[in-house]
Amino acid sequence: MTTRTEADTEAGERAGPPEVPRRLYADPGLPDRVFRGVARSGGGLVLAVMLLVGGFLLYRAWQALSKAGWSFLTTETWEPDAGRFGIAAVIVGTVLIALVAIMVAVPLAVGGALYISEYAPARIRQTLISVVDLMAAVPSVVYGLWGLFFFTSHVAGTARWISTYFGWIPVFSVQGADPDDPLVNATVYASSTLIAGMVVALMVAPIVCSVMREVFSQAPVGEREGAYALGATRWGMIRSVVLPFGKGGMIGGTMLGLGRALGETIGVYLVISPIFAVQWHVLQSGTSSISSLIALRYGEASEFGMSALMAAGLALFLMTLVVNFAASSIVARSRSGASSE
Amino acid sequence: MTTTPVRPKPRTVLPAGLPRPDSAEVGERRRVLVLRRASDVWALLGAAAASISITTLLFTRLLPLSGAVGFWVLAYLLFLGLYALLVSFDESGPAVRDKVAAVVVQSLGLITVVALVFVVVYAVFEGREALPHLNFYHQDMQAAGPLDPLSKGGILHAIVGTLEQITLALAFTVPAGLVCAVFLTEVPGRFARFVRTVVEAMTALPSIVAGLFIYATFILTFGFQRSGFAASLALSVMMLPIIIRASDVVIRLVPGTLREASYALGTSRWRTVWHVVLPTSRSGLTTAVILGTARGVGETSPVLLTAGFTAELNANPLEGPQVSLPLAVFEFVKSPEPTMIARGFGTAAVLMGLVLFLFILARVIGGRAPGRLTKRQEHRRVLASRRDAARFQARDHASKSSSIHGSSE
Repeated sequence: MTTRTEADTEAGERAGPPEVPRRLYADPGLPDRVFRGVARSGGGLVLAVMLLVGGFLLYRAWQALSKAGWSFLTTETWEPDAGRFGIAAVIVGTVLIALVAIMVAVPLAVGGALYISEYAPARIRQTLISVVDLMAAVPSVVYGLWGLFFFTSHVAGTARWISTYFGWIPVFSVQGADPDDPLVNATVYASSTLIAGMVVALMVAPIVCSVMREVFSQAPVGEREGAYALGATRWGMIRSVVLPFGKGGMIGGTMLGLGRALGETIGVYLVISPIFAVQWHVLQSGTSSISSLIALRYGEASEFGMSALMAAGLALFLMTLVVNFAASSIVARSRSGASSE
Repeated sequence: MTTTPVRPKPRTVLPAGLPRPDSAEVGERRRVLVLRRASDVWALLGAAAASISITTLLFTRLLPLSGAVGFWVLAYLLFLGLYALLVSFDESGPAVRDKVAAVVVQSLGLITVVALVFVVVYAVFEGREALPHLNFYHQDMQAAGPLDPLSKGGILHAIVGTLEQITLALAFTVPAGLVCAVFLTEVPGRFARFVRTVVEAMTALPSIVAGLFIYATFILTFGFQRSGFAASLALSVMMLPIIIRASDVVIRLVPGTLREASYALGTSRWRTVWHVVLPTSRSGLTTAVILGTARGVGETSPVLLTAGFTAELNANPLEGPQVSLPLAVFEFVKSPEPTMIARGFGTAAVLMGLVLFLFILARVIGGRAPGRLTKRQEHRRVLASRRDAARFQARDHASKSSSIHGSSE
């Protein structure tokens, strides 16, 4: 190396042959080459498995999709063997359940996260963080049990109240329910989108809360103190420092929760009574979701029915994929982004 | 602060007209830093009492309203309004907003935590009838019908199934996941970026679709039976992206300086990974794996499609249906019999105990930044360092004596 450099300097002084950039090459040696090979093949193996799952899903779904065509998106019934099947009903149900869940979970999660990071006394803060993180790991079947045995029987009164006083809003109206008719029993309000949404909301709230709390707690101390020094109240500081800093993380956490809410199976399956018609009324009994459709019909499906279920699964996968990528691109562009992964 | 010791030499000389700082009437009185004043508490209590009274009046006498939820929603809104009114009597605009926002945030936080804790405590509470029976833990449901009392039958088959399935799934996912995570950070390039994108996309795969994939390939296409092995494959497909992503984040947290120090000593790449990167991120990697395990243990839908259902103990994951804890919960509560439902809640409580155990394990092992040592590890490092020092000293001594010896020769 030394000789090369000297030669180069001399060459430069003499302005002889043109300078060529030195070729940088380090021989990694045999062990390193083996290591790289192993790591690369490990990555390749995982890639192969993942692509296999995606590819197989697409391949099997294609049979059903090519037969159904665009009517796959507009048909409400699910009778694949009769040739009439589509995801219009289930996709509306899935999206409505997820929307109800997010609309309930996000205020709770923001409140919980702000409370833990800004208001809670330092003594109980660590405990609260652990509790919320633990709740995020609780199996969804536990939330389903709560929804099935506790919430369903206690929500009927509230549902009746909402539908009586807010029934003029189309989403809240319930067909077949008359508040003045004492003979109408509570079953018209059971197993509704609202109940499923609430169960999923409680399931995703700790996940969203955990992401948001992490982001809020990273708001820079200097800016917080600057706000206080300018005379801000605590809420003024939160509004002008913590919330703008955590915006990316809040959106990312919400999208993460939305992705989980779209794909949730058992919590929804336990509480709903499935119907295959577009159901806009969130308080009315009967709804459906893609994942519970799969759980319900996989056992009795023929080969073509399986392919149709695959197509439904693919549609669900694409939805969560779009949500996830949107979330990660929003998160990556924000100040608090990198930490909320 | 009033009792600042008087220093002898360099001191501030106060102008003659001002009172001395340690005199009682002006001085620096210690400021009260407590944010909660009596008037705040009274405002809170007053607003609460007034809102409940007004709502009761509205509900029972004045308006045709009814229902507990409506009562509390109206009471809460009235409470906020009255509280703002009371505070505004002696505070200015921003302070009123601050007080009201504090009340709203604290009540939302309280509702969140209470609701979540309630869901979990509810499941354990409802399982209280099944849990004290010892047979619940060492019998299966083969001989117990739906009408049998809780003193007969148990969930041993589900416990065994869960443990075997999760062990198999970990045996697939941990090596593959760790190698892939190491690949993503240590062998960077276009290929690694592509793999990372695909892995990130696969974290969006709904768990039921993972189950459907294994059901369609392993069981329908290849013609195998439903078994614990198929369930563990489905769990692996679901857990692999989660574990890779979490480990990737942890490995990226290893300080670059550590790696560079290792390279500067002339270490090869794989030795750096083996001796520097992996040991540094060990606790974080363990946490990633354990949290992935907790997700996998509680997942019902992939198991529902692939494991089949049986009421008897099947310790062989390769053959015959094998039930797991979440699936057992699901099947128990589908029955209308109260004893079966009690068993379902008991099973859910056992499952949550398992998740809690895994979570505490993750907290004990992990929760430290990369490179931060436990007390015991630090102690071991100190001992090793002392041993090294002694060894060096002995060697120095030996070489010196030998050189003296050599020079004298």
